[in-house]
Amino acid sequence: MLDYITSYLSSNTTPGQAGNVFWALVYIMVVFGGVSVAVMAMNWLERKALAHFQIRLGPMRVGPHGLLQPIADAIKLLTKEDIVPSEADKFVFWLAPLIILCASFTVYIVVPFGPTHAITDLNIGILFMLGVSSLSVLGVVMAGWASNSHYPLIGALRSSAQMISYEVAMGLAVVSAILMTSLNATGTGTLSMIGIVQAQQSQQMWFLFKFFPLGFIAFGIFAIAMVAETNRAPFDLPEAESELTAGFHTEYSGLRWSLFMLGEYAAMIAVSSIAVTLWVGGWMRPFPNWLTGETWDLVFSLIPGFLFLGLAFIAFIGVARMPKHPYFRVQTIGLAGFGAVLGLIGLVLFAPPVRDRIQDIFWFCAKVAVFMYLYIWYRATFPRYRFDQLMRVGWKVLLPVSIGVLILTAIMGVLF
Amino acid sequence: MPQNYIPIFIFIAVVGILIPITLLAAKLVRPDNPNRAKLSPYECGVDPIGASRGRYTVRYYIVAILFVVFDVETIFLFPWAVKFKALGMFGLIEMLIFLAILVVGYVWVWQKGALDWV
Repeated sequence: MLDYITSYLSSNTTPGQAGNVFWALVYIMVVFGGVSVAVMAMNWLERKALAHFQIRLGPMRVGPHGLLQPIADAIKLLTKEDIVPSEADKFVFWLAPLIILCASFTVYIVVPFGPTHAITDLNIGILFMLGVSSLSVLGVVMAGWASNSHYPLIGALRSSAQMISYEVAMGLAVVSAILMTSLNATGTGTLSMIGIVQAQQSQQMWFLFKFFPLGFIAFGIFAIAMVAETNRAPFDLPEAESELTAGFHTEYSGLRWSLFMLGEYAAMIAVSSIAVTLWVGGWMRPFPNWLTGETWDLVFSLIPGFLFLGLAFIAFIGVARMPKHPYFRVQTIGLAGFGAVLGLIGLVLFAPPVRDRIQDIFWFCAKVAVFMYLYIWYRATFPRYRFDQLMRVGWKVLLPVSIGVLILTAIMGVLF
Repeated sequence: MPQNYIPIFIFIAVVGILIPITLLAAKLVRPDNPNRAKLSPYECGVDPIGASRGRYTVRYYIVAILFVVFDVETIFLFPWAVKFKALGMFGLIEMLIFLAILVVGYVWVWQKGALDWV
């Protein structure tokens, strides 16, 4: 059994490629669980970071520093009454959150966490990702229409108009990255997510810096479009609470509302991982060309372990600074336990076999995490756009710029 | 390779099992005592006026139509981008002609004011 597992883990194919249904199922469960946990962590981090941006403390009550807040929220949402408005179209109302959730989770099938750490490697990977993630527009429209109420309908219309407007610029930016993958000896590029990262590896350059500043501009267009695509601030018009209460999910409550939230955060992580794969080098560690050699490999492979030890250290500082009142005893023990778990993970990550296998996943997740933090930062910094400004930016700025970047990239690609 | 696509169906099956289980579990634990005010459409406490599926501006349709045009264009660009270097100058000029036709349409749409959202 153990031999089987280790032999599988050291093979160099994805479960999909090997046609191994069992391992595909295992990977799917891991990704499903991982994304759900990441969404919960993101939820906590967002509330905490936003609070600190505004010089508040944020969640502090449930668990040490509010660490258990997302779990408390989940339990609260699970036990909350589920209200279906009497006017609503029951079936469509029920179906809409499922569609959004499926659309945003199915995307993870092709996300390349490492050269072999993907559920499967489709040869149309990036097209699959763009196509499936844009299916969530359907869910938005269905939710707004089925609610049969004013706010959701307006929210759904706005949301769908915004999502499809920015998808055009997004697609064109992706094309200019795909174009860069074909700049090799055979002259044939790839749409496979793993292939795109390998192309960056063989060209020894992130596509972000390719044909500077063209890759940079394409990436910028994608970075703007992906915020609009996921309906996040400063493009969160569909959920503009000051004018539309909550947009298309105004009428949803309880668990179904939480499905919308889960879908939204999962979609944010998914588009961030597209950006990471296409422009920021996917699973590659920083400076794979400059800092080469055994020593640097070792240094970079130790970073995940040190990161977790550092987090554990911060947790222990928190334990030491906890008030010494009996009221805080449970919280202190909890935080110490959390720190101990983090430290243990850090120590496990130092073990050579784990270290070598986990590296790619770590660097991919770290890059995605930077993007997730940017999302929070945007939300704390930028004021919300007006709807006509939003459409103007989408159609009159991003679209022409992305066509121009595509043409210039093509000309550069032919000439050099 | 076809077997690369099998995980998609496994994934759909997993989602199709997990989510109904969660919904069912929620159904067992949550309270259920609806009343008329709770079930009425949300309108900040005021009774809703008029049909909610009323008229809305025609610009949403224009945006949808333009989206179809430009998205199909993007899909056409993908195969070219994959074989870009192999096609070389021929492919580039061909695509520039294609894009030029599209840009003419884009400029016309812009001049007509279809991109303005008043």
